[in-house]
Amino acid sequence: MSTQALSDTRAEPMLGQSGRVWLYRTIFVVAMLTAWQGASGTLLDPFWVSSPAAVLKTLVEWTASGQLAYHLLITFKETAVGFVLGATAGVLFALLVGASDILHRTVDPFVTAVYGVPKVALAPLFIMWFGIGLAPKIVLAAISVFFLVFFSTLRGVREVDLKMVDALRTMGAGRFAVQRMVIFPSALPWLFTGLKLGLPYGFVGAVAAEMMASNAGIGYLTQNSAGQLDTAGVFAALFALMVVTTLLNEALGRLESWIFRWR
Amino acid sequence: MRSAHLSVVPAQDGEAQRAPAVELRGVGKAFSSRSGRVEVLSGLNISLQSGEFLAIVGPSGSGKSTVLNLLAGLDRPSAGAVTCQGAPVTAINTGIGYLTQHDSLLPWRTVEQNVAVPLELRKIDRVETAARVRELIVQVGLDGFERHYPSQLSGGMRKRAMLARTLIYDPPVLLMDEPFGPLDAQLKLVLQAELLKLWSARRKTVVFVTHDIVEAITLADRVLVFSSRPCQIRLDEPIAIPRPREVHEVRFHPAFEEHYRRLWAALEPPVRRSS
Repeated sequence: MSTQALSDTRAEPMLGQSGRVWLYRTIFVVAMLTAWQGASGTLLDPFWVSSPAAVLKTLVEWTASGQLAYHLLITFKETAVGFVLGATAGVLFALLVGASDILHRTVDPFVTAVYGVPKVALAPLFIMWFGIGLAPKIVLAAISVFFLVFFSTLRGVREVDLKMVDALRTMGAGRFAVQRMVIFPSALPWLFTGLKLGLPYGFVGAVAAEMMASNAGIGYLTQNSAGQLDTAGVFAALFALMVVTTLLNEALGRLESWIFRWR
Repeated sequence: MRSAHLSVVPAQDGEAQRAPAVELRGVGKAFSSRSGRVEVLSGLNISLQSGEFLAIVGPSGSGKSTVLNLLAGLDRPSAGAVTCQGAPVTAINTGIGYLTQHDSLLPWRTVEQNVAVPLELRKIDRVETAARVRELIVQVGLDGFERHYPSQLSGGMRKRAMLARTLIYDPPVLLMDEPFGPLDAQLKLVLQAELLKLWSARRKTVVFVTHDIVEAITLADRVLVFSSRPCQIRLDEPIAIPRPREVHEVRFHPAFEEHYRRLWAALEPPVRRSS
């Protein structure tokens, strides 16, 4: 029986494992779209649910008119700037706070309390402070990213192997060298987890602020389409945003596996 | 052969005018834990001449590693004084090389980048660093593995890399905490032989903590047997086996058996009690 089983597993499958996964993914998407298309107009009123064909038509129109690229780029800019600012601040603050037990214990309850506030609720405040330009969106995206990166990196800093730190210190490393050579690299996997979690939240922050007050960006496009009772437009805008975040996450994942090639 | 037998008694005339390379005088160390104060060391006196190889054996928890941590300046004594190369140890002691039991290679650096760490910290220029790294890697037998990450190395190779990293900045004093503990017997012999070779070329002062009596006799000029806590020196045994020694032949030397018997006898009571 065992030889039988062995020779069975040796048989080359027609498709590799990842090939099979991609096949199933394609089947899933096609099935969902077909179901949506079929239900729209028969089971459900297209006014409320639109249809894949209508969404595609809107996307094609927006792409042709350059509207989609314009709004996407604005949202992308806000998120990218906010993401970089928030992530940088989060990492630096985590390294600082993580370096001292006293400081960590002092600020911990405050940071946790602020973290608990829904960031979107701060949008009206930022709009009052910074107007309706890019600034409030950047700030909201930055704050959303900041906390996730901060908590994640801090966790990594606190979990650093102290034996490794001691080893470096006996070799003559000062505080700064220990930070650079041990603490930062060992917190890096945690930092990346924070970045990957933070990225979509950065978009959420930017888009939420756009929805409240702006005349450009995906948030505006969604809001504007909804205002005209154009469900296809809402879906099209959200779909475009989904594609962008997915691609960026994939890029982050690639960067991560390149950085952690030592594992 | 150096019968540097000056551990407990203060040094006398001629031979010992030189200040000891490493000295613990009346050292006590207590840790407070949840169950109260634990006294690990008390009134401990140890002194080593420059270039001397001292091994410490003793039951687990007898404070062997604590002695090394005190010398490295990672811990402070609760009483007494620790001096190294004539200077009191009051902060992290960067004049020592500390090879711990624990794997402390940086996993995100390759072998050559790991070995270069001490030179990088001393701001030595790249060309010299590269040359010294190359030399050390060859000496510990890791050539061909320069670009490997620690996760791609075997346990023995990681020990070699750590040894290279410790030797590269040429510290006058080496502290070794069961460096070959978890390795298989054959690899242990190979690494012991290499350690002896490197030591006789560079003549460093070594404090070597081990569980293994044979290893202690093989390597050391003098072996201290610690009792269980609070630690006392049960035996201070100078090893009368001439150098250079061959690690696999030491145990056939006529003096070996006597040393082994005496060390084992000194070690036995606490071992028996704990088991």
